[in-house]
Amino acid sequence: MTTIVIPRPGDPGPAASTERPVYEIQRLSKTYARNELVALQGVNLSLHRGEFVSVVGSSGCGKSTLLKIMAGLLPPTTGRVVLEGKPVLGPRADIGMMFQQATLLPWKTTLENIVLPIEIRNGRSAAKAASGRALELLRLVGLGDFANVYPGELSGGMAQRASICRMLVADPAVLLLDEPFSALDELTRDFMNMELQRICMERQATAFLVTHSLAEAVILSDRILVMKPRPGRVIEEVKIDLPRPRTLEMINTPRFGEIVAHIRDLLGKEAFV
Amino acid sequence: MSNVSDVSNADTVWIEKDALIDRIPRSVAMALLFIVVVAIWDLVTRMGWVSPIILPSPAETLADLIFVGQNLISGQYMLEALWTTTLTVFYAFLIATAIGFSLGVLVGETKFGERAVMPYLVAIDTMPKVAFAPLFIAWLGFDISSKVALAAFIATFPIVVATAAGLYAASENERMLFKSIGASRMQTLLRLKLPTGLPYIFTGLKIAAVGVMAGAIMGEFLGGGKGFGALIRQSASQMNTPRVFALIIYLSLLGLALYFTVVWVQRRLVFWNKSDQPGAIG
Ligand SMILES: Nc1ncnc2c1ncn2[C@@H]1O[C@H](COP(=O)(O)OP(=O)(O)O)[C@@H](O)[C@H]1O
Ligand SMILES: [Mg+2]
Repeated sequence: MTTIVIPRPGDPGPAASTERPVYEIQRLSKTYARNELVALQGVNLSLHRGEFVSVVGSSGCGKSTLLKIMAGLLPPTTGRVVLEGKPVLGPRADIGMMFQQATLLPWKTTLENIVLPIEIRNGRSAAKAASGRALELLRLVGLGDFANVYPGELSGGMAQRASICRMLVADPAVLLLDEPFSALDELTRDFMNMELQRICMERQATAFLVTHSLAEAVILSDRILVMKPRPGRVIEEVKIDLPRPRTLEMINTPRFGEIVAHIRDLLGKEAFV
Repeated sequence: MSNVSDVSNADTVWIEKDALIDRIPRSVAMALLFIVVVAIWDLVTRMGWVSPIILPSPAETLADLIFVGQNLISGQYMLEALWTTTLTVFYAFLIATAIGFSLGVLVGETKFGERAVMPYLVAIDTMPKVAFAPLFIAWLGFDISSKVALAAFIATFPIVVATAAGLYAASENERMLFKSIGASRMQTLLRLKLPTGLPYIFTGLKIAAVGVMAGAIMGEFLGGGKGFGALIRQSASQMNTPRVFALIIYLSLLGLALYFTVVWVQRRLVFWNKSDQPGAIG
């Protein structure tokens, strides 16, 4: 008989050895000045190297707000965000991001899109120098033949795979993903999730995923933070003890069903109506 | 075994039919409409329903078209007039583009432009701009500079509005992407907002192309000079209606040339966005 381990929020858990966490977030809160809306209140969390953590919660509970603050795209109202020992005070090169839309620039080829972060930060010649690495990344996600194609010719799934490459090209210390596959159809989405797992395991990547799909969160994560709205806060942290590598077949196991049911209980029925 | 395979294709395959009028190819449709209009025109003048001073017959107009055409080809005074108007239109379009684009960037990119400059632009834009013609003539005299000024004045506003709108066109996600990869404001403007806004800017340029033509001719009507507009006014005052018709037709070729130059540049520059461009033919 297995039980779901539910540590206190903020407890680093067994993954934390003597090493200090990659990301440390303490007493974070955010109030949007425009409408005095309390989007986040008292959020604590830490991410450890190589860990995959997800946030689930109904829409509007502050998931994107949390991610944007972590990425340095939005200043917090109170609290602190520290990445690799240095406070996050703006966008940083060691953060890789991915959004719901692939947002590839239509006037650049796939390859040029992938080296865009390097082009912006380090200039054209650095971007040119990185094209070999970009091509390798494209091959990694099965887009090797599409390097010189314009994004208009890529399918939704291919475009998102290209945007994974763009996120990885500068070799970021941490990956922040905001519902990256929710615009894709279900079959493509399952496939992309397995790709993402493979890439993260190969690179020992530290990843933070925002999603509203419980199945997606469970299949990918080591830990899941469950959020509730008004004000946005983390109500629980759920450890996922399914073995790695995860497979899509695990979705049909009783263990998987138990975990999903537990999280659904935590969120309450009203969260999804 | 299902019995679907028993049914032969002849019973199940059907073809969706367009109405007859939708099946006419473009070239044929255009020729057809042209013939119908000219036939009605010919009928109206032949039967004497309309005085020839108001509406000349197609034959008279054709004769004048040939006359004006010969004058243009042999490089006589009409070619000189057309050249004057062409220069006016060309300079006005360049000036309108430069000023319109700069103001558009100011309005679309800075809060100051949006808050302080835009209200004044809207106020000026609502004025009937032809009313400024006497002022331009008083300031710049009767040669082409006053016509250039009026034409540029008329054509600037659509470019301002289109450029500002174009700069707003980049999506929230794209802006966030640029922010997250550490792009400066200038980089975001040049590498994201401007390219995204190009289709809008070209729509503004097409409206401006039509505007400079109207402005140049209006200026020549009101301010005299040596342009095509002066020729038209002269012929009109002599009740030479067929000549007026012929001159207008040649003038419209100048407008078309400018318009399709803009369309051509747009196709080359905005190669990734070929569809749904308002006003693009083909
Ligand atoms: N820029 C903003 N200004 C004011 N309110 C906002 C802004 N962005 C988001 N909100 C509000 O904050 C809450 C949390 O939003 P968000 O973080 O996007 O939620 P989620 O990603 O979980 O759907 C929502 O109620 C939303 O309406
Ligand atoms: Mg969101």
